[in-house]
Amino acid sequence: MPHNTTDTGTPERIFIKGNEAIAHGALAAGCRCYFGYPITPQNDIPEMMSYALPDAGGEFVQAESEVASANMLLGAAAAGIRALTSSSSPGISLMQEAISYMAGSELPGVIVNMNRGGPGLGDIGPSQGDYFQSVKGGGHGDYKLLVLAPATCQECYDMMVQAFDLAFKYRNPVMVLGDAIVGQMKEPVTPWKPAAVPATEAADWRLEGAKGRKPRLLKSLFLEDGALAGQNRHLQAKYAAMQAEAKAESFLTEDAELIVVAYGSIGRIAKSAIRKLRAQGHKVGLVRPQTLFPFPGPLLRGLAEQGKRFLTIEHNCGQMVEDVRLSIRGIVDSAFYGHMPGEMPGSDDFLAPILDAMGGK
Amino acid sequence: MQADERLALADDEQMAFEVPDVLVDRATHYCPGCHHGIAHRLVAEVLEEMGVVDDTICVASIGCSVFIYNYLAVDSVEAPHGRAPAVATGVKRGRTDKIVFTYQGDGDLASIGLAEVMHAANRGERITIVFVNNTVYGMTGGQMAPTTLIGQKTTTCPGGRCRDREGMPIRMAEIIAGLGGVAYSARASLDSVKNIRAAKKAVRKAFDVQQQGLGFGFVELLSGCPTNWRMDAVKANTRIREEMIPYFPLGVYKDVTEGEGVC
Amino acid sequence: MSRVVFLDERCKGCLLCTTVCPKGIIVQSSRFNRQGYKVAEVPADAMKDCTGCASCALICPDVAIRVIKSRKAKKAGKE
Ligand SMILES: Cc1ncc(C[n+]2csc(CCOP(=O)(O)OP(=O)(O)O)c2C)c(N)n1
Ligand code: SF4
Ligand code: SF4
Ligand code: SF4
Ligand SMILES: [Mg+2]
Repeated sequence: MPHNTTDTGTPERIFIKGNEAIAHGALAAGCRCYFGYPITPQNDIPEMMSYALPDAGGEFVQAESEVASANMLLGAAAAGIRALTSSSSPGISLMQEAISYMAGSELPGVIVNMNRGGPGLGDIGPSQGDYFQSVKGGGHGDYKLLVLAPATCQECYDMMVQAFDLAFKYRNPVMVLGDAIVGQMKEPVTPWKPAAVPATEAADWRLEGAKGRKPRLLKSLFLEDGALAGQNRHLQAKYAAMQAEAKAESFLTEDAELIVVAYGSIGRIAKSAIRKLRAQGHKVGLVRPQTLFPFPGPLLRGLAEQGKRFLTIEHNCGQMVEDVRLSIRGIVDSAFYGHMPGEMPGSDDFLAPILDAMGGK
Repeated sequence: MQADERLALADDEQMAFEVPDVLVDRATHYCPGCHHGIAHRLVAEVLEEMGVVDDTICVASIGCSVFIYNYLAVDSVEAPHGRAPAVATGVKRGRTDKIVFTYQGDGDLASIGLAEVMHAANRGERITIVFVNNTVYGMTGGQMAPTTLIGQKTTTCPGGRCRDREGMPIRMAEIIAGLGGVAYSARASLDSVKNIRAAKKAVRKAFDVQQQGLGFGFVELLSGCPTNWRMDAVKANTRIREEMIPYFPLGVYKDVTEGEGVC
Repeated sequence: MSRVVFLDERCKGCLLCTTVCPKGIIVQSSRFNRQGYKVAEVPADAMKDCTGCASCALICPDVAIRVIKSRKAKKAGKE
């Protein structure tokens, strides 16, 4: 057995890549099926699942395309199975139709996106260019995914467990949105064993043959008068209820004059920049959204009401900043620094933009 | 429906034609003479005869037959256009103990969904595919399908399908038979009593190989779409005999239970 | 003795059944059902010719035909 599987007994800490932590987390969460198609920078995930899942009594399928992977995910979800697919940006684009069907049919599944640079084939380096695609629906129709954004390898592990729980709690697809940084870096991770998946999970809606009950139907087609409007109202109410799941890390915000808002790897790099500036006496703090949908807007608004100023830092040309501005609208604006996808950011890159936003101090 | 006294049986009478219980007792939305109704009934009969109704999951595709779940009383899920074989793969990998089938039209399976059906077949997924070939996109109003015959007029090849412009109609049963994971591939037709009886046997075989774990089961059913062929149902059946069957020969193209590839 | 029953509200008047009856006894009636289809029928005086072969039921896409056989007739036919 390679050192990086959990079934040799759970070691206290293991030194693994974020991608591997994703796979470990999925297995710990009771993932039973994996479907995927190779794409850099996330290939460690299918590679690890291909040997670990059969050992765990599950099924691994290398699909013919991301179109197929996402539809296999839909099928496994219809059977009430905890299933996973992973990819990177171009592959995620191909999955959008099936993800929309899953949302419309209220099917739970987990999709990992290790975001790379775009548009088009872009590059294989990190980027946050898929924020809009992830949190604004991405495919056709009015729907939302729950979107979790890990910044560390430990969070990759933890958020996979959370992702499966949320998917089944809300009967909704969940995306774990990382990037080539968090996927490729190695860190110590402490694996932990979540409670076993209850046998009753999905028992009231999954397809398993209509033995002794009426047949069940999982669909997103609603042609009868008023039916689609009803389904949309129901979905919107569900998305509103998801707001309770909003989560963010707050770092030195209490006395901060300026709040930097940044997620994922960029949030972590921004934290280093903030530490350096704090050492020089600058009152700057960080809010790192860990859920991108639901967005921790109320938290930001509360900080705006305290008179703080804002700077949004992203590894794209300006996407999450729109949600930050919406959250604090009418009180204050947010400045923006976009690190260009295609260029690797370091904490020093953020010093000048932060000082700028603080008023040139 | 209200009780019909004509159906009351006298002491010495019995039904000579059994309607399967799993076929829901309701009028369909299909056009007069549409063969989807026959295909549904054959699937229903086979599931019932195999005793697997309660263990079956149907994957509906996008086409006129998307509402198959209104007519077959089995657990069902709706797949995006063309993706039913991938969805069925997911269902089956999740529940290897269940009988899983897709029901797809020629636009769905042989055009937009070609990659999914080929790879599901090649992997030897233990699923069954019922493929209804009516040489047009029925649901969207009779546009050209990959199976449209040369010279056949449709709303998007108004002058008739032309080999040089649109290519030749695609023969799925033969293509599927050529793939490694396939246990059974056959083509039957729903135009006559004799052919419907043969079609039933083929549908049964396509499910049997799944149940026996032998591999992928595929059955192509040549079917009429009188509405989009712009002819009545009787003429449509004549067309199947005179134009479709000569190009799409009936037969078993692969059957691993009887040694490799007949025909 | 055999007989067939046409479920008028299921019949769509496609007439496929008329093409397969070995006795040629199925015809289009002059009745319209609620959906507006002119339904098929076997006229009462022709019913005696029905063999109960069920060909009509087999080809009917709308499961609109029931075929009823007397047990004796069926036995006789089989042996
Ligand atoms: C992605 C996508 N593209 C196009 C359509 C529109 N569409 C619905 S059914 C259909 C064709 C169905 O034809 P076929 O599979 O032959 O089934 P039939 O109606 O003839 O039984 C098309 C193109 C769709 N629903 N989704
Ligand atoms: S359009 Fe064609 S395939 Fe669709 S219901 Fe009518 S006859 Fe059948
Ligand atoms: S085949 Fe069925 S639907 Fe068609 S005319 Fe005969 S009874 Fe009516
Ligand atoms: S059962 Fe046979 S003989 Fe009787 S009406 Fe039907 S087709 Fe004709
Ligand atoms: Mg068609």
